[in-house]
Amino acid sequence: MSAKTVSVKENILAANTEKAEQSRKLLSSRNVLMVNVMSSPGSGKTSLILQTVNRFRHKYRIAVIEGDIASSIDTDKITRQNIPAIQINTGGGCHLDARMIRNSLDTMDLGQIDLIFIENVGNLVCTADFDLGAHKNVVILSIPEGDDKPYKYPVIFIEADAVVVNKTDVLPHFDFNLDDFPGIIRGLNPSAKVFPVSAKTGEGLDSWFSWIEEMLM
Amino acid sequence: MHEQSIVESLLRLALDNARKGDARKIISIHLVVGDYTGVEEDAVNFYFGFLSKDTIAAGARIHYTHVPAQLRCRDCDILFPLQKRDYRCPECAGGRVEIVGGRELYIENMKVE
Repeated sequence: MSAKTVSVKENILAANTEKAEQSRKLLSSRNVLMVNVMSSPGSGKTSLILQTVNRFRHKYRIAVIEGDIASSIDTDKITRQNIPAIQINTGGGCHLDARMIRNSLDTMDLGQIDLIFIENVGNLVCTADFDLGAHKNVVILSIPEGDDKPYKYPVIFIEADAVVVNKTDVLPHFDFNLDDFPGIIRGLNPSAKVFPVSAKTGEGLDSWFSWIEEMLM
Repeated sequence: MHEQSIVESLLRLALDNARKGDARKIISIHLVVGDYTGVEEDAVNFYFGFLSKDTIAAGARIHYTHVPAQLRCRDCDILFPLQKRDYRCPECAGGRVEIVGGRELYIENMKVE
Protein backbone atom coordinates (compact mmCIF):
# COMPACT_ATOMS: atom_id res chain seq x y z
CA MET A 1 0.00 0.00 0.00
CA SER A 2 1.40 3.40 -0.89
CA ALA A 3 1.82 6.18 1.59
CA LYS A 4 -0.33 9.27 1.38
CA THR A 5 -0.49 12.53 3.26
CA VAL A 6 -3.73 13.45 4.97
CA SER A 7 -4.39 17.00 6.05
CA VAL A 8 -5.53 17.31 9.66
CA LYS A 9 -5.13 20.94 10.82
CA GLU A 10 -6.86 20.21 14.10
CA ASN A 11 -5.87 21.54 17.49
CA ILE A 12 -4.56 18.95 19.92
CA LEU A 13 -6.66 20.38 22.70
CA ALA A 14 -9.85 20.69 20.62
CA ALA A 15 -11.44 17.71 22.39
CA ASN A 16 -10.73 19.32 25.76
CA THR A 17 -12.17 22.64 24.66
CA GLU A 18 -15.27 20.93 23.28
CA LYS A 19 -15.82 19.05 26.54
CA ALA A 20 -15.37 22.31 28.45
CA GLU A 21 -17.92 24.02 26.22
CA GLN A 22 -20.45 21.27 26.98
CA SER A 23 -19.90 21.69 30.73
CA ARG A 24 -20.30 25.45 30.46
CA LYS A 25 -23.60 25.05 28.60
CA LEU A 26 -24.85 22.47 31.11
CA LEU A 27 -24.02 24.73 34.05
CA SER A 28 -25.60 27.78 32.42
CA SER A 29 -28.78 25.81 31.74
CA ARG A 30 -28.91 24.88 35.44
CA ASN A 31 -28.11 28.44 36.60
CA VAL A 32 -24.83 27.43 38.18
CA LEU A 33 -21.84 29.78 38.06
CA MET A 34 -18.43 28.07 37.91
CA VAL A 35 -15.22 29.98 38.69
CA ASN A 36 -11.77 28.50 38.06
CA VAL A 37 -9.07 29.78 40.44
CA MET A 38 -5.45 29.43 39.31
CA SER A 39 -2.15 30.51 40.85
CA SER A 40 1.28 29.33 41.94
CA PRO A 41 1.35 27.11 45.02
CA GLY A 42 0.92 29.15 48.17
CA SER A 43 -0.62 32.29 46.67
CA GLY A 44 -3.84 31.90 48.63
CA LYS A 45 -6.31 29.99 46.47
CA THR A 46 -7.77 28.10 49.42
CA SER A 47 -7.81 31.20 51.63
CA LEU A 48 -9.60 33.29 49.00
CA ILE A 49 -12.14 30.53 48.37
CA LEU A 50 -12.74 30.07 52.11
CA GLN A 51 -13.26 33.82 52.60
CA THR A 52 -15.72 33.86 49.71
CA VAL A 53 -17.53 30.77 50.96
CA ASN A 54 -17.91 32.32 54.40
CA ARG A 55 -19.21 35.54 52.93
CA PHE A 56 -21.87 33.91 50.78
CA ARG A 57 -22.69 30.61 52.50
CA HIS A 58 -25.98 31.84 53.96
CA LYS A 59 -27.09 33.33 50.68
CA TYR A 60 -25.91 30.92 48.01
CA ARG A 61 -25.30 27.18 47.81
CA ILE A 62 -21.60 26.65 47.15
CA ALA A 63 -19.46 23.65 46.25
CA VAL A 64 -15.73 23.38 45.65
CA ILE A 65 -13.74 21.14 43.31
CA GLU A 66 -10.22 20.77 44.67
CA GLY A 67 -7.40 19.86 42.30
CA ASP A 68 -4.13 18.71 43.81
CA ILE A 69 -1.29 16.50 42.69
CA ALA A 70 -1.76 14.53 45.92
CA SER A 71 -3.35 14.87 49.38
CA SER A 72 -6.72 16.15 50.54
CA ILE A 73 -5.44 18.91 52.84
CA ASP A 74 -7.35 21.66 51.03
CA THR A 75 -10.51 19.60 50.71
CA ASP A 76 -10.40 18.95 54.45
CA LYS A 77 -10.23 22.70 55.07
CA ILE A 78 -13.35 23.21 52.93
CA THR A 79 -15.40 20.31 54.30
CA ARG A 80 -14.61 21.48 57.85
CA GLN A 81 -16.75 24.51 56.92
CA ASN A 82 -19.58 22.13 55.97
CA ILE A 83 -19.23 23.01 52.30
CA PRO A 84 -19.32 20.10 49.86
CA ALA A 85 -15.94 19.54 48.25
CA ILE A 86 -14.80 17.08 45.64
CA GLN A 87 -11.16 16.11 45.58
CA ILE A 88 -9.39 15.45 42.28
CA ASN A 89 -5.89 14.06 42.69
CA THR A 90 -4.05 14.35 39.40
CA GLY A 91 -1.38 11.85 40.48
CA GLY A 92 1.51 13.98 39.31
CA GLY A 93 -0.39 15.83 36.58
CA CYS A 94 0.25 19.57 36.66
CA HIS A 95 -3.24 20.75 35.73
CA LEU A 96 -6.91 19.83 35.69
CA ASP A 97 -8.65 19.14 32.40
CA ALA A 98 -12.22 19.38 31.15
CA ARG A 99 -12.87 15.66 31.47
CA MET A 100 -11.89 15.58 35.17
CA ILE A 101 -14.21 18.50 35.85
CA ARG A 102 -17.05 16.96 33.88
CA ASN A 103 -16.71 13.72 35.85
CA SER A 104 -16.93 15.74 39.08
CA LEU A 105 -19.96 17.69 37.85
CA ASP A 106 -21.70 14.41 37.04
CA THR A 107 -21.49 13.40 40.71
CA MET A 108 -23.07 16.67 41.89
CA ASP A 109 -26.70 17.60 42.26
CA LEU A 110 -26.53 20.78 40.18
CA GLY A 111 -30.08 21.70 41.11
CA GLN A 112 -28.82 22.24 44.67
CA ILE A 113 -25.85 24.45 43.77
CA ASP A 114 -25.52 28.12 42.81
CA LEU A 115 -21.75 28.54 42.73
CA ILE A 116 -18.84 26.17 42.14
CA PHE A 117 -15.22 27.12 42.74
CA ILE A 118 -12.51 25.07 41.08
CA GLU A 119 -9.21 25.25 42.93
CA ASN A 120 -6.76 24.32 40.20
CA VAL A 121 -3.38 22.71 40.76
CA GLY A 122 -0.82 25.32 41.85
CA ASN A 123 0.91 26.19 38.57
CA LEU A 124 1.10 29.30 36.36
CA VAL A 125 2.04 27.48 33.17
CA CYS A 126 0.07 24.37 32.28
CA THR A 127 -3.23 25.35 33.86
CA ALA A 128 -3.61 28.18 31.35
CA ASP A 129 -3.97 25.91 28.31
CA PHE A 130 -6.87 23.79 29.52
CA ASP A 131 -10.36 25.24 29.35
CA LEU A 132 -12.32 23.60 32.17
CA GLY A 133 -15.77 24.90 31.32
CA ALA A 134 -15.74 27.61 33.97
CA HIS A 135 -17.59 30.86 33.26
CA LYS A 136 -14.75 32.90 34.72
CA ASN A 137 -11.05 32.30 35.11
CA VAL A 138 -9.32 33.97 38.02
CA VAL A 139 -5.56 34.20 38.58
CA ILE A 140 -4.17 35.00 42.01
CA LEU A 141 -0.73 36.54 42.28
CA SER A 142 0.59 37.16 45.80
CA ILE A 143 2.85 40.06 46.74
CA PRO A 144 5.89 37.93 47.69
CA GLU A 145 5.93 36.37 44.21
CA GLY A 146 6.84 39.72 42.66
CA ASP A 147 5.24 42.02 40.11
CA ASP A 148 7.23 40.59 37.19
CA LYS A 149 5.13 37.43 36.87
CA PRO A 150 2.91 38.72 34.03
CA TYR A 151 6.12 39.22 32.00
CA LYS A 152 7.25 35.67 32.69
CA TYR A 153 3.90 33.89 32.38
CA PRO A 154 1.83 36.09 30.05
CA VAL A 155 -0.51 33.39 28.77
CA ILE A 156 -2.29 32.75 32.07
CA PHE A 157 -2.77 36.50 32.60
CA ILE A 158 -4.21 36.84 29.11
CA GLU A 159 -6.75 34.11 29.86
CA ALA A 160 -7.82 35.69 33.15
CA ASP A 161 -11.12 37.49 33.62
CA ALA A 162 -9.83 38.74 36.95
CA VAL A 163 -6.45 38.97 38.66
CA VAL A 164 -6.48 38.97 42.45
CA VAL A 165 -3.33 40.42 44.02
CA ASN A 166 -3.27 38.70 47.38
CA LYS A 167 -1.32 39.33 50.62
CA THR A 168 -1.42 43.12 50.38
CA ASP A 169 -0.89 43.05 54.16
CA VAL A 170 2.81 42.23 53.57
CA LEU A 171 3.29 44.88 50.84
CA PRO A 172 5.66 47.05 52.98
CA HIS A 173 8.16 44.18 53.12
CA PHE A 174 8.42 43.55 49.38
CA ASP A 175 9.40 45.51 46.25
CA PHE A 176 6.06 44.98 44.56
CA ASN A 177 4.86 48.06 42.69
CA LEU A 178 1.15 47.76 43.32
CA ASP A 179 0.44 51.22 41.83
CA ASP A 180 1.70 50.22 38.39
CA PHE A 181 0.54 46.62 38.48
CA PRO A 182 -3.02 47.07 37.16
CA GLY A 183 -1.55 48.88 34.14
CA ILE A 184 0.75 45.94 33.42
CA ILE A 185 -2.18 43.54 33.51
CA ARG A 186 -4.39 45.75 31.34
CA GLY A 187 -1.57 46.10 28.83
CA LEU A 188 -1.78 42.38 28.25
CA ASN A 189 -5.47 41.96 28.88
CA PRO A 190 -7.50 45.17 28.64
CA SER A 191 -10.72 43.70 30.02
CA ALA A 192 -9.29 41.99 33.11
CA LYS A 193 -10.41 43.16 36.54
CA VAL A 194 -7.68 43.62 39.15
CA PHE A 195 -8.49 43.16 42.84
CA PRO A 196 -5.76 43.90 45.40
CA VAL A 197 -6.79 42.03 48.56
CA SER A 198 -5.58 40.44 51.73
CA ALA A 199 -7.40 37.17 52.23
CA LYS A 200 -5.91 37.20 55.73
CA THR A 201 -7.10 40.60 56.98
CA GLY A 202 -10.07 40.93 54.62
CA GLU A 203 -8.75 44.20 53.14
CA GLY A 204 -10.06 44.81 49.61
CA LEU A 205 -12.29 41.75 49.54
CA ASP A 206 -15.52 43.72 49.18
CA SER A 207 -14.83 44.55 45.52
CA TRP A 208 -14.03 40.91 44.83
CA PHE A 209 -17.23 39.81 46.57
CA SER A 210 -19.25 42.32 44.54
CA TRP A 211 -17.76 41.04 41.30
CA ILE A 212 -18.73 37.47 42.19
CA GLU A 213 -22.19 38.46 43.39
CA GLU A 214 -22.98 40.50 40.26
CA MET A 215 -22.60 37.29 38.28
CA LEU A 216 -24.89 35.36 40.63
CA MET A 217 -27.75 37.82 40.40
CA MET B 1 3.85 15.82 33.31
CA HIS B 2 2.25 18.34 30.99
CA GLU B 3 3.25 16.37 27.91
CA GLN B 4 1.56 13.16 28.94
CA SER B 5 -1.94 14.56 28.58
CA ILE B 6 -0.92 16.51 25.48
CA VAL B 7 0.38 13.30 23.89
CA GLU B 8 -2.77 11.40 24.89
CA SER B 9 -4.82 14.02 23.03
CA LEU B 10 -2.37 14.06 20.12
CA LEU B 11 -2.56 10.29 19.76
CA ARG B 12 -6.35 10.23 19.97
CA LEU B 13 -6.61 12.91 17.28
CA ALA B 14 -4.11 11.10 15.04
CA LEU B 15 -5.85 7.74 15.41
CA ASP B 16 -9.29 9.28 14.75
CA ASN B 17 -8.02 10.86 11.55
CA ALA B 18 -6.25 7.67 10.47
CA ARG B 19 -9.46 5.70 10.97
CA LYS B 20 -11.42 8.24 8.93
CA GLY B 21 -8.89 7.82 6.11
CA ASP B 22 -8.98 4.01 6.31
CA ALA B 23 -5.27 3.98 7.07
CA ARG B 24 -3.55 0.86 8.35
CA LYS B 25 -0.49 2.59 9.62
CA ILE B 26 0.62 6.08 10.64
CA ILE B 27 4.14 6.71 9.34
CA SER B 28 4.69 10.26 10.52
CA ILE B 29 2.89 13.19 12.11
CA HIS B 30 3.63 16.82 11.39
CA LEU B 31 3.06 18.76 14.59
CA VAL B 32 3.00 22.56 14.83
CA VAL B 33 4.06 23.81 18.26
CA GLY B 34 4.11 27.42 19.43
CA ASP B 35 6.85 28.49 21.83
CA TYR B 36 4.29 29.66 24.39
CA THR B 37 2.84 26.17 24.81
CA GLY B 38 5.97 25.04 26.63
CA VAL B 39 5.70 21.66 24.92
CA GLU B 40 9.09 19.91 24.81
CA GLU B 41 10.03 17.70 21.86
CA ASP B 42 11.93 15.16 23.93
CA ALA B 43 9.08 14.71 26.36
CA VAL B 44 6.53 14.38 23.53
CA ASN B 45 8.69 11.78 21.78
CA PHE B 46 9.13 9.85 25.00
CA TYR B 47 5.41 9.70 25.85
CA PHE B 48 4.44 9.12 22.25
CA GLY B 49 6.69 6.07 22.01
CA PHE B 50 5.23 4.74 25.22
CA LEU B 51 1.55 5.47 24.58
CA SER B 52 1.42 4.53 20.90
CA LYS B 53 3.00 1.08 21.40
CA ASP B 54 -0.07 -1.05 20.71
CA THR B 55 -1.65 1.22 18.09
CA ILE B 56 -1.26 1.78 14.36
CA ALA B 57 0.81 4.84 15.28
CA ALA B 58 3.56 2.71 16.82
CA GLY B 59 6.93 3.71 15.44
CA ALA B 60 5.58 6.86 13.78
CA ARG B 61 7.98 9.79 13.66
CA ILE B 62 6.88 13.21 14.77
CA HIS B 63 8.14 16.16 12.74
CA TYR B 64 7.99 19.49 14.46
CA THR B 65 7.48 22.99 13.18
CA HIS B 66 8.10 25.52 15.93
CA VAL B 67 6.29 28.83 15.84
CA PRO B 68 8.15 31.59 17.69
CA ALA B 69 6.34 33.73 20.21
CA GLN B 70 5.35 36.90 18.42
CA LEU B 71 3.79 39.97 19.92
CA ARG B 72 2.02 43.01 18.53
CA CYS B 73 2.16 46.43 20.13
CA ARG B 74 -1.35 47.83 20.31
CA ASP B 75 0.01 51.40 20.16
CA CYS B 76 2.66 51.17 17.41
CA ASP B 77 1.03 48.27 15.58
CA ILE B 78 4.45 46.65 15.04
CA LEU B 79 5.15 42.96 15.37
CA PHE B 80 8.12 41.84 17.42
CA PRO B 81 9.55 38.60 18.77
CA LEU B 82 9.57 37.80 22.44
CA GLN B 83 12.99 38.62 23.85
CA LYS B 84 14.30 37.43 27.18
CA ARG B 85 10.76 36.95 28.37
CA ASP B 86 10.20 40.68 28.22
CA TYR B 87 7.13 41.63 26.27
CA ARG B 88 7.53 45.37 26.16
CA CYS B 89 7.49 47.00 22.74
CA PRO B 90 11.00 47.72 21.36
CA GLU B 91 9.73 50.97 19.77
CA CYS B 92 7.80 52.67 22.53
CA ALA B 93 8.73 50.45 25.52
CA GLY B 94 5.03 50.21 26.24
CA GLY B 95 3.36 47.16 27.62
CA ARG B 96 0.09 47.24 25.67
CA VAL B 97 0.65 44.10 23.66
CA GLU B 98 -1.13 41.05 22.39
CA ILE B 99 0.19 37.61 21.56
CA VAL B 100 -0.22 36.92 17.85
CA GLY B 101 2.00 33.84 17.55
CA GLY B 102 3.30 31.10 19.76
CA ARG B 103 0.17 29.46 21.13
CA GLU B 104 -0.24 27.00 18.23
CA LEU B 105 -0.56 23.31 19.03
CA TYR B 106 -2.03 21.34 16.16
CA ILE B 107 -1.45 18.49 13.73
CA GLU B 108 -0.80 19.95 10.29
CA ASN B 109 -0.91 16.61 8.48
CA MET B 110 0.06 12.96 8.72
CA LYS B 111 1.67 10.46 6.41
CA VAL B 112 -0.28 7.22 6.47
CA GLU B 113 -0.59 4.03 4.44
